[in-house]
Amino acid sequence: MDVQAWTYLIVGLTFALYIGIAIWSRAGSTKEFYVAGAGVPPLANGMATAADWMSAASFISMAGLISFMGYDGSIYLMGWTGGYVLLALLLAPYLRKFGKFTVPDFVGDRYYSNAARTVAVICAIFVSFTYVAGQMRGVGVVFSRFLEVPINTGILIGMGIVFFYAVLGGMKGITYTQVAQYCVLIFAYMVPAIFISMYIAGTPIPQLGFGSELSDGSGFLLDKLDGLHSELGFSAYTDGSKPMIDVFFITFALMVGTAGLPHVIVRFFTVPKVRDARISAGWALVFIALLYTTAPAVAAFARYNLIDTVRDKGYTALAEDPKTQWFKTWEGTGLLAWTDKNEDGKIQYLGPKMNGGAAFKGKPSFAEGTGAEGQRLISNELTDNDNELYIDRDIMVLANPEIAGLPPWVIALVAAGGLAAALSTAAGLLLVISTSVAHDLIKKQINPDLNEKTEVLIARISVAFAVCIAGYFGINPPGFVAQVVAFAFGLAASSFFPVIIMGIFYKKMNKEGAIAGMLSGILFTAAYIIYFKFVNPAANNADNWLFGISPEGIGTVGMLINFAVSFIVAKITPAPPEDIQELVDSLRYPKGAGEASAH
Amino acid sequence: MEKGKLQEYWSTNLKYLLGLLVVWFVVSYGFGILLTDPLNAISFGGFKLGFWFAQQGSIYVFVILIFVYVSLMNRLDKKYDVHED
Repeated sequence: MDVQAWTYLIVGLTFALYIGIAIWSRAGSTKEFYVAGAGVPPLANGMATAADWMSAASFISMAGLISFMGYDGSIYLMGWTGGYVLLALLLAPYLRKFGKFTVPDFVGDRYYSNAARTVAVICAIFVSFTYVAGQMRGVGVVFSRFLEVPINTGILIGMGIVFFYAVLGGMKGITYTQVAQYCVLIFAYMVPAIFISMYIAGTPIPQLGFGSELSDGSGFLLDKLDGLHSELGFSAYTDGSKPMIDVFFITFALMVGTAGLPHVIVRFFTVPKVRDARISAGWALVFIALLYTTAPAVAAFARYNLIDTVRDKGYTALAEDPKTQWFKTWEGTGLLAWTDKNEDGKIQYLGPKMNGGAAFKGKPSFAEGTGAEGQRLISNELTDNDNELYIDRDIMVLANPEIAGLPPWVIALVAAGGLAAALSTAAGLLLVISTSVAHDLIKKQINPDLNEKTEVLIARISVAFAVCIAGYFGINPPGFVAQVVAFAFGLAASSFFPVIIMGIFYKKMNKEGAIAGMLSGILFTAAYIIYFKFVNPAANNADNWLFGISPEGIGTVGMLINFAVSFIVAKITPAPPEDIQELVDSLRYPKGAGEASAH
Repeated sequence: MEKGKLQEYWSTNLKYLLGLLVVWFVVSYGFGILLTDPLNAISFGGFKLGFWFAQQGSIYVFVILIFVYVSLMNRLDKKYDVHED
């Protein structure tokens, strides 16, 4: 069987499995639809959380980004794991004790205000949409590469499948599907990682191979990589090139953002007890860490292998060698492109210090015909530096199995894993959006008399709209998959995290403070990002940034603004009513002061 | 339960949180970011230490922190009789 057939088979089987689970566990009541009846065992919830949260960006793009960023890639590794410590320690147990369906529910009740609830709903919807667009793009990328359909068609197929999930299953269906999706995605990630670790470093454990000597005996992998980097004019792999302040702020924004993402928080409403909420955050991080400690190893292996393969090689030699056929394959998909600037027939891959940089402007657009060496011709405007090679970052994970010469079923497995990662996250996000609309907006604000059946129906209808909008952004994406997702984190960091923390740890925080804080935080962050990404992208460089903080890291500043504004406003406005302060007390004890005094 | 006891439970909880979050900050922002350069002078195996903390070590510590917190809190809940069931 060839790769194509294997891919159809494995992807088909996994889809059948997910759909089977979704049908078996479809939701009837609102409690089942929104929080899976609060009956999910902590271990399963940890797994579902991991799948919910590890997105197409984690699976497809992250290792690629790290591969190109070297040390700077640590922002994603620490940023997307460290938030779970905050979740477990500062949020999950208390929100579980609170025992409602959504984050806006908490904000609305804790701040005794429908205005606060509305602001929270808008933030939740905004954050979730930003995030879900990246997932749709990821689905499109996987489909286009492995099933050979155009990216946009891939997105449409993905939309259809996600729609099916989220509409039918609600949280209950999604949770158990996500458990299966976690197993698929981690297996699909680990198998090629183990093989490539054996191939390059001679040990089956990628985390160790990362720090090992190369199997050809030419020294430690990371030392070799640093050497190659300096030879080709890149900054050392283990040093990175971002300013320290930016690394600090981006990492913080990602951590706090993780802890403020509504689709992550809501997962802790689905376990039976406060104790379960704590431990399931721990399990979630174990399952996440498995992929996250493997990713940087894969990044280093792939980077080394890529440089070693293409450096100063003749294009024809690469194209003819059966071991490097992947180069041609990926050129075919447009994720690689080569333009022979100095017409020597060899590939020059150079970094900034050797007069390198982007080989040409923008993403490759291919012209008719082939060049002198048989390469695909591009019609982009060339840049005046010496680098000739364009490499899309997403290629690192997608092409790894081929680069390591693995059998076709492994390549098919990666396709299934990428889809599992994208679909599980998309479904979780769409659920948050539909819950926000049906429960927080329509039930709580517009029509409190809504019966359960109608509420579930409305939730299902709003999923439909959400999928369409998400699909639109997937087809017209604002940046790399991982970067789009990074913005959602900034927005979550600057809106939810502070209000929830203060709602639990600062009894005197009142509604005026919370609303003013959320609004100022998210408006500042969104304005900064929109200015640099959409209004004036030409100015998006360190000279124009506030204190040298990039749009990716600005959520940290937004969060600080949120905290500061809330405090000041809370000091000059009336304290919250007595019963709210008692509510806060009851959140703090698993068994609860409120319950105890009622006996 | 009386208020004083609960207050005590809460302040013990806050003490745990503070301690764990200090470790959280030190391994990631301290070792992984602010002090990477000096730590990179030390190497173990094929890793420079600062780089290892940024891409491996901090993640392992995060996992340990949560499990430590869980066991501390489960004990504390029992001691103050605020545990469920």
